[in-house]
Amino acid sequence: TDTKGCCGMNFSEVFKQSNQLCKVSPDGKYLATCVQYRLVVRDVNTLQILQLYTCLDQVASMEWSSDSLFILCAMYKRGLVQVWSLEQPDWHCKIDEGSIGLVSSRWSPDGRHILNTTEFHLRVTVWSLCNKSVSYIKYPKACQKGMDFSADGRYMALAERRDCKDYISVFVCDDWHLLRHFETDTQDLAGVEWSPNGCVLAAWDSCLEYKMLLYSLDGRLLSTYSAYEWSLGIKSVAWSPSSQFLAIGSYDEKVRILNHITWKKLTEFEHHPTITNSKAVVFKEVEKRPVIPTEDLSIQQIAMESSLFDIQSKYEIPPLPVQVPVVKPDPDRANPKIGISAIAFSVDNRYLATKNDCMPQSVWVWDMQRLGPTAVLEQTAPVRFFAWDPRRPRLALCTGNTKLYLWSPAGCVSVKVPVEGGFQVQSLFWHCSGDSVVLLGKDQLCLCYMATDEEKHMLRSHVVGLGVACFTSH
Amino acid sequence: MICLIILCTEDINNIYVSSTMPPSRQYSQSTIPLLPFRHYIGNTEFCTENNTSECMLYISQELLALGFPSIFFDLNGLRELDVISALNSMYGLLQMHRRAVGMLAELEVEQLRVSSDLHCQQLTNSKLKDQLELSKKENLRLCERERQLEANTKALHHCLKNEKEEVQKLQNVIASRASQYNHNLKRKEREFGKLKERLNQLLTDKKDKKQGMDVLNYVGRSDGKRSQWKTGKTDSRHESDMYKALLNEFDKHQRELMIENAELKKVLQQIKQEMVGILSPKRQSGETQKEEKPKEFTDQQIASDEEEENSFKGTSEMSCEHAREQLSNSIRQQWRKLKDHMANLDNKASLVHLGQGINEEMISKEVHQEEMERLKLEIQQCKDFIHTQQQLLQQQLSTPWDEETAAVLTDCYMLEEKERLKEEWKTFEEQKKNFEMERRTFTEAAIRLGHERKMFEEDRATWLKHQFLNMTFTDQMNLKTQNTLSEYAVQEQKHISSPKTPL
Repeated sequence: TDTKGCCGMNFSEVFKQSNQLCKVSPDGKYLATCVQYRLVVRDVNTLQILQLYTCLDQVASMEWSSDSLFILCAMYKRGLVQVWSLEQPDWHCKIDEGSIGLVSSRWSPDGRHILNTTEFHLRVTVWSLCNKSVSYIKYPKACQKGMDFSADGRYMALAERRDCKDYISVFVCDDWHLLRHFETDTQDLAGVEWSPNGCVLAAWDSCLEYKMLLYSLDGRLLSTYSAYEWSLGIKSVAWSPSSQFLAIGSYDEKVRILNHITWKKLTEFEHHPTITNSKAVVFKEVEKRPVIPTEDLSIQQIAMESSLFDIQSKYEIPPLPVQVPVVKPDPDRANPKIGISAIAFSVDNRYLATKNDCMPQSVWVWDMQRLGPTAVLEQTAPVRFFAWDPRRPRLALCTGNTKLYLWSPAGCVSVKVPVEGGFQVQSLFWHCSGDSVVLLGKDQLCLCYMATDEEKHMLRSHVVGLGVACFTSH
Repeated sequence: MICLIILCTEDINNIYVSSTMPPSRQYSQSTIPLLPFRHYIGNTEFCTENNTSECMLYISQELLALGFPSIFFDLNGLRELDVISALNSMYGLLQMHRRAVGMLAELEVEQLRVSSDLHCQQLTNSKLKDQLELSKKENLRLCERERQLEANTKALHHCLKNEKEEVQKLQNVIASRASQYNHNLKRKEREFGKLKERLNQLLTDKKDKKQGMDVLNYVGRSDGKRSQWKTGKTDSRHESDMYKALLNEFDKHQRELMIENAELKKVLQQIKQEMVGILSPKRQSGETQKEEKPKEFTDQQIASDEEEENSFKGTSEMSCEHAREQLSNSIRQQWRKLKDHMANLDNKASLVHLGQGINEEMISKEVHQEEMERLKLEIQQCKDFIHTQQQLLQQQLSTPWDEETAAVLTDCYMLEEKERLKEEWKTFEEQKKNFEMERRTFTEAAIRLGHERKMFEEDRATWLKHQFLNMTFTDQMNLKTQNTLSEYAVQEQKHISSPKTPL
């Protein structure tokens, strides 16, 4: 049953999930959820259960294969990986890592190999589902992002460390042939990431040193970039979908954009606590606590109007200049809550969303054409997660309350999830078609179907239902 | 006796003379007492045979004045010179004189001393003044130095503050790095500890969990192909695949850049053509005889430009450096030509202004501008006129207002009229009042006049009566004429109703 919300958003009913394990298949047809030790596969549109699998232990990690035929369930405590087939429910596959332990497990891009990282990162074992071959890769590095597959799935970059030196190995995913192996000029390699066109590999140092290295596919060092010395360095990295830009978020609360032709800094985005730029629109979430007249209420009324006690919120546009609330981090602790921890480009390369950890309630949206801020969203609680729509420039974010927030160039919407008893949205992700968002609570999940354009036109003037949404446009 | 007196007097003269001579007297005025008889200067005599008694008298007076006893003694009413007292007096005088001289000498010494003291003082004063000057200068210098030092210390303080801030910043950085290091170290230690434990566990653990994969059946590859053996060929194939991918990317990139380049070139070409277009028609239309030579030149230029363009069209597809340079050079050339042309036009305008060869087709810039101004003004005036006319027309043609507004409006007009009328009435009233007052005064005046007339007639009548009464019969004939007059008077009297006097 659907509960109709405002602006044509439909919310599905609530399902159970554990561990925030909920993934949509790459072809967009199925929704897989883990509930304790069970794996439930549903149809995305009807949400009917299609398959039900039982694993040997509580599932720690779950992943679809790239062709949407298999699902991998990893149980780290037991060192087990189980693979299930959608086409053949009877088919089973179990990988036991034994005493060597298991820390992480993932698919290869072809959907036929599973890469298991053993405990203490002793080695990476590549299991094949097609034949009996097993490959071992020694000395993988335990870091923020030690392994990355190129977008076309042909190459894998792996960070390695031996004899106190960092190396990068490039493998051909076809047969795990080692294509290139080179040393990197880093103190402590923290991560590698392929550019979307698969020709450039970005490698960055740990936060103790600001260093970004750019390698060509054949292992040549194209460029090195270091913005400053001594202070804590790179916190987050993101490539633009066209591979034109590389955005580097650092601990000095700035995002630096490198261009792909010269690999030099194009511009830097500063997250200044006082917003005076007239081109930036500040959306401030304002909560309105309802005033309840206690005398006139009857029990019936209370039962009917469950939204009576709900905190309504809407966006306001305060006049410039605006002060963004800043939370000063504890200077004595490691990994201080300062700096740009999340960056994401929109799919059309036009927008960049960033989050500064010392302004945890704000999300900044930058216009890449103008190279300046276009919107700043100020929420009433720290932002937990945000994600771009995979089809259009639309940003969904959540702050751990019962609302889903959406930003698009046309404006901002706050939608309350119409679930009885409240639904704390802790995480979310988009369906690959961009038509729906999967909202994850602590142990619940709910789908939010976005209205199509026709529906939007119909429902624009019609405010209905329990879902409260206020559309603010600028 | 007389000889003695003369001697004394001479002595006195000498004493007087000598007393006028001391050198110290330069500074002070000599106070020679005026003698009653003559001005005593030098050795002129005081006493002669003739004036002895007077001299004696005088001297005795003086001596008395000075406190000496009289030098005379009375002998039967005759004054006789007492020699002893005179000598005593003289002695006394001498003593006095000596004392005076002594005092004088002392005073002179004193004065010398004082003057030398004064001189000394003056010298010391000037010396002190010089010293004061010097010390003042020294003071200024020290003040200046102090100021400079203060400025220095301020700058140094500032530097120190900056340095301290720098140090603080660096310390913060060091602290954060240290905490990060510690954190990493702790993490690694924990990991290490776990590793040791696991190793221990493995060594002691007898049951070795076998690692392996248990699968129902192997699945085919996702692309449906068979997997190939790993040989040298596959390795080289991988290499070639990788390079192919890179090359494809480079090709794509280069194609994009080419497209961009071509677009930019097109834009430049368009600009160039437009510039050429701007240049050529102008030259054809506004040319004087003087411009013939340059016209030829420009024709040639245009021809060469066209040639260039034609040749260029062939090379536009080429992206070699030569073509690029050609394009940019030609653009620069065209731009220069345009600039020159503009300069020429300016020159032409100024030349024409100076009155050289005004062509019919060309008018001077000034005249043109004036004309423009005039026309603009005319246009503005016409516009204003039209505007006001329109307004008035609108007013006229505006729809009839409803009664209220009409009434109000008419009332407005009426009010105006009323106001005006009121004012006129006011003035009229005032004038009326004035007239009334005047009339009243006139009537009063008339009444008064009547009264006065009456009085006058009465008086006349009485006077006539008297006259008549006092007159003789012979005058009756004369009176007849007068009677008529009185008749008139009587008649008048009758008119004024006064008691008639029978004649």
